[in-house]
Amino acid sequence: MRALGPEDAVVATYREHGHALVRGVPAAAIMAEMYGKREGCSRGRGGSMHLFSAPHRFYGGNAIVGGGLPLAVGLALADRLQGRSRITACFFGEGAVAEGEFHECMNLAALWKLPVLFCCENNLYAMGTALKRSESETDLCLKAASYEIPAWPVDGMDVTACEEAAARAALAVRSGDGPCFLEFRTYRFRAHSMFDPQLYRDKQEVEEWKKRDPILLFQKQLIARGLLTDDDLKEFEDRVAAEVGDAVAFAEAGTWEPVEDLTRFVYSERTRP
Amino acid sequence: MSDAPIERITYREAIRQAIREAMQRDSRVFLMGEDVGRYGGCFAVSKGLLDEFGPERIRDTPLSESAFVGAGIGAAMGGMRPIVEIMTVNFSLLALDQIMNNAATILHMSGGQFNIPLVIRMTTGAGRQLAAQHSHSLEGWYAHIPGIKVVTPATLEDARGMLWTALEDPDPVLIFEHQTLYNMEGELEFAGAVDIEKARVRRPGRDLSLISYGGSLHKVMEAAEELARSGIDSEVVDLRVLRPLDTETILDSVTRTHRAVIVDEGWRSGSIAAEVSARIMEGAFYELDAPVARVCSAEVPMPYAKHLEDAALPQAQAIAGTVRALMGSNG
Repeated sequence: MRALGPEDAVVATYREHGHALVRGVPAAAIMAEMYGKREGCSRGRGGSMHLFSAPHRFYGGNAIVGGGLPLAVGLALADRLQGRSRITACFFGEGAVAEGEFHECMNLAALWKLPVLFCCENNLYAMGTALKRSESETDLCLKAASYEIPAWPVDGMDVTACEEAAARAALAVRSGDGPCFLEFRTYRFRAHSMFDPQLYRDKQEVEEWKKRDPILLFQKQLIARGLLTDDDLKEFEDRVAAEVGDAVAFAEAGTWEPVEDLTRFVYSERTRP
Repeated sequence: MSDAPIERITYREAIRQAIREAMQRDSRVFLMGEDVGRYGGCFAVSKGLLDEFGPERIRDTPLSESAFVGAGIGAAMGGMRPIVEIMTVNFSLLALDQIMNNAATILHMSGGQFNIPLVIRMTTGAGRQLAAQHSHSLEGWYAHIPGIKVVTPATLEDARGMLWTALEDPDPVLIFEHQTLYNMEGELEFAGAVDIEKARVRRPGRDLSLISYGGSLHKVMEAAEELARSGIDSEVVDLRVLRPLDTETILDSVTRTHRAVIVDEGWRSGSIAAEVSARIMEGAFYELDAPVARVCSAEVPMPYAKHLEDAALPQAQAIAGTVRALMGSNG
């Protein structure tokens, strides 16, 4: 995200809360959206899976796996046709590579040399289906590379590696040579959803991955280099706790859209775009 | 545009003129789809436009309906005014995810933040022996979806004029062009923008309302002329827009004539004809002198053989027969 400027666009998945936060959408607006309140970033019409924010050029919050990729291609096409040097970052999970839309979009973005940064967060499980149980070829970069897209894997548990790779890829995309594909190799510690008993993986496996928790690893790195003290850490954690507390309070105090407005936003309310 | 001279023109040329005019008027407009460029369009609608506007704005796509329709949505959100051509309505099902889950929903899901000023054109309907994967009439399905508008130009004026209005609309508009109409030729008297809100009475009449749209309209007009020779004076209503449906014009007509026959090339079950019928029941039940009747396509995937295809579709003779039975039943 730090590789992006405010003029760039972001298209994300249904697990987009982190993307929205880092992009600058206020935590309070996100929390209010999850409560379904009018003060939410989508007025309570989208909910947890559909965070949107026009001022942040944040285009959702897409809950059809693979469904956001064509939007990213289109946003990039619009930039190209209007001669702008903006880029579009498109986040999706490894589950999306099984969808036809993934392949259609890799091809189209590469064919038309569009400025899309494809960011695949490979957490090894599409809900409960392990990658190796659903793909004949599990090397995701190879798939992107077969469309002539520069693609490389990144240790998704290493914050600095992610930042470095993203900066490099964003620069390449911005130069106008077409899309790039990054595979962030990561893991999901918690269940897919509130309804997931996690029968498909060993507890031991989860514990192993937790040892490489990116936040803890990054903390250790910073402390080892003397860039962070225990006091700093305490202060960060207090600030985060306060922000979450404020967000919850904001959401709790929020109001509900009036039921009379149920059918608003089906069609635009202005007559001209 | 109203001072344009009257000219003889085909439906195909009328659409091409509309696209050309849109491209000239607004640099944000571009056309993309399968074979719209070098090939000139599967139905030759965009022939010549590539030379005129170049490959950036007349954009050939791979056979990736979902990607290029979704790219149209993204481009619309990114400030462009795309016209996406899908070769036939059957192929549009490959892009249904994008049309339904994105184009129709993003405005609402985003709490009104992102509108999608996108136009999708596609061919619909049967009559040219293209069988069961190129001949269906699914515009009624699309009319089920809130968030999009569905229009069905049946005349030269509408073929010429609906596109510009659709491009000015802030929300997605789907234009269904019936494949048997492309060669329809006539004099185009008005070559300007037309509304995409109202149904139109194409033939005033006293005895009953024949309600139709798109390709079937012309069969209905033929039936109406035949019925007139035997003293039955039909009013013909062209729906023009299937979503939002112009209930007022339908009810006005039925309130005058007290009888209604709906003619729809879609399958009868769950059809737009069923919706129109329900609205008449809800809004004009006590005006009716006879039950509402429907003439729809037979509930069969479209067969290839000419005689079977003809038998599957609403035809002028069957329409006239239904009208006579209705007039006789309580006339």
